[in-house]
Amino acid sequence: MSTSTVVSRPTIAVWKFSSCDGCQLSLLDCEDELLGVVGAVQISEFKELTRTVVEGPYDVSFVEGSITTADDVERIRAIRQASSMLVTIGACATSGGIQALRNYADVGEFTTAVYAHPEYISTLAQSTGIADHVRVDFELRGCPIDRYQLLEVITATLSGRKPVIPGHTVCQQCKGRGTVCVMVAHGTPCLGPVTKTGCGALCPAVDRGCYGCFGPSDSANTSSLARQLIALGTSRVDVSRLFRTFNAGAPAFREESLRNDSPETGG
Amino acid sequence: MAGRFGWPARLAPRPGESPRDGGDGGDANENRAFGPNQRSTELPIVKLMDLSASFVVDRAGLDRLLGAMTARGYRTIGPVVRDGAVVQRQVSSTDELPQGWHDEQAPGHYRLHHDDDPSLFAWAVGPGSPKSEFYPARSLVWRASSADEVVTLEQPQEDSTPVALIGPRPCELAGLRVLDRVFAGGEVPDPHYRDRRASSFVVVAECGTPAGTCFCTSMGTGPGVADGVEVGYDLALTELKSSNEPQYLVRVGSERGAEVVEEMGGSPAAPADFAARDAVLDEAARRIERKLDASNVRQLLADNLGHPRWDDVASRCLACGNCTLVCPTCFCGGVSDATTVGGVVERHRQWNSCFDLAHSLVHTGPVRATTWSRYRQWLTHKLSTWHDQFGTSGCVGCGRCITWCPVGIDITAEVAAIAASDGAVPVYIESGGDRS
Repeated sequence: MSTSTVVSRPTIAVWKFSSCDGCQLSLLDCEDELLGVVGAVQISEFKELTRTVVEGPYDVSFVEGSITTADDVERIRAIRQASSMLVTIGACATSGGIQALRNYADVGEFTTAVYAHPEYISTLAQSTGIADHVRVDFELRGCPIDRYQLLEVITATLSGRKPVIPGHTVCQQCKGRGTVCVMVAHGTPCLGPVTKTGCGALCPAVDRGCYGCFGPSDSANTSSLARQLIALGTSRVDVSRLFRTFNAGAPAFREESLRNDSPETGG
Repeated sequence: MAGRFGWPARLAPRPGESPRDGGDGGDANENRAFGPNQRSTELPIVKLMDLSASFVVDRAGLDRLLGAMTARGYRTIGPVVRDGAVVQRQVSSTDELPQGWHDEQAPGHYRLHHDDDPSLFAWAVGPGSPKSEFYPARSLVWRASSADEVVTLEQPQEDSTPVALIGPRPCELAGLRVLDRVFAGGEVPDPHYRDRRASSFVVVAECGTPAGTCFCTSMGTGPGVADGVEVGYDLALTELKSSNEPQYLVRVGSERGAEVVEEMGGSPAAPADFAARDAVLDEAARRIERKLDASNVRQLLADNLGHPRWDDVASRCLACGNCTLVCPTCFCGGVSDATTVGGVVERHRQWNSCFDLAHSLVHTGPVRATTWSRYRQWLTHKLSTWHDQFGTSGCVGCGRCITWCPVGIDITAEVAAIAASDGAVPVYIESGGDRS
């Protein structure tokens, strides 16, 4: 494509791997800011928005989804090669997503149980994040991502500054918005003390414990939290399940879930 | 920037001056005060008022107080029960106060229960503190925009409605005096804090029902407050139990308080009322079992920077930051700039925590990469180097950091553990990027 009219607008591509599309739809949810963003960039590839496809290379690639097939491995390498900057968006792309539950099981058993003709299924034994395969410049966590964090990455990139994406815990956001601690005041199991902020502390604000959608915080001490949850009456197996959801493949959560995955084990 | 109020020119010690010099209240066991409510000595005294006059009012008198403050243009912030805790909200009637609510607090544990007790103040401090009224969790500092190559910078219009704090406890008032030194005591005061605080009106409620995590008696900050304008209250309440409705002893701590008390409709206090107050405070002090030896903790921690206990606590510490965010004196914050696609730039200021990895981030990495170094930073600052920096302890003994720690780490137990093995062999600090 001729660049004579859009020479200064960075090219952006949005890619999908194993995922539900929810994270890339977060961009379309930016209703107030969407037109501004679209006006400031050139969309080269974004199938949820347009069927127009512009060849690479790309200034920024946003990658959603996890790597679950051999084809995925080849495709992400090609995307990396064609992209100046690669940003992963969401729990699938950063830690393998909910489908990383297969990492704890035998995927062959799954395909046999689910499909009439499992021989047509070609899949890897593990679901992994993008950074396990190629270099990633920035990771946006969440299931789904927070659209304002996505906007922050886009606007920071457009103005050539570092995105301000905090790495601290959900607790800090709860305290900032004045939410009473559901764990201390109600006894509700909560992953907030080991989970990275970004959601706005949504669940505790409606009296629910944090599910850990944004994955481990910078300094997550999961074993101390697990000990406390058990002391408060959560069974060891349930503690394991708490750590084994959307970020089941994130190392800190994976280790804690394994430490507690049977009543006898534990640390 | 010049403020609207004349504040004490200097509250913090000057370089070279021992922070303990000058009887500045730096001794934790000394229930003396300093800070903005010295304003009462700066206002012109138009008529001689007897600040030692005290009154007894009933609940209707407290409602008249709320009405008097509202009529004077104050936003009245008082205790209410929300989401299973006593928190601070705008109140306009005593019907909104936590009548009959009682708390149960232990490390990592807080529960409320209710009965038919007509008391309004029979609970101890909850997770919130007056800090957030004067130092909000997040605020816009400035906004800039550009059009036609002209940059426009605007500062947000601040809500100038003064706040009347209804019912902060003596430990919370002590916390404000500590914050006053931090934000308004230095050579470059924070104008936002200073102005909000200087225009505030404080009705302190003495504490008759301390929680299991309280240790104000160790820090000299409660359960009562002393007389005198320097303590920093406008009015001081003591809830006196009686056979039916509770009565409230009201003491006056400022000229403005003396004005307002006249509208509360009380009767002059009798010696029996003061005896009843003594009984309430004695009983409260007797119930406080938790202790922190404030007499030597400053030196103790300074002498034990390599103590093995720091490693021990790090195995439990979640580095979640809750202790710092509920602390009435922790003041760390950060500023961040955000741009929009439309070219608007905003600078926000928000609370931050020394337990956040990014808090000590410098150009080659975080200075305090490990949790033990961050916990040590917090505790040594709070109880030891705070004296060097601000001339007081940073701890007021409210116990919030104990209650609201999700895993119940107890500041008094950690200090006691270090004291029990004072001078223990320093841990070997493995290289891990930690250069603290």
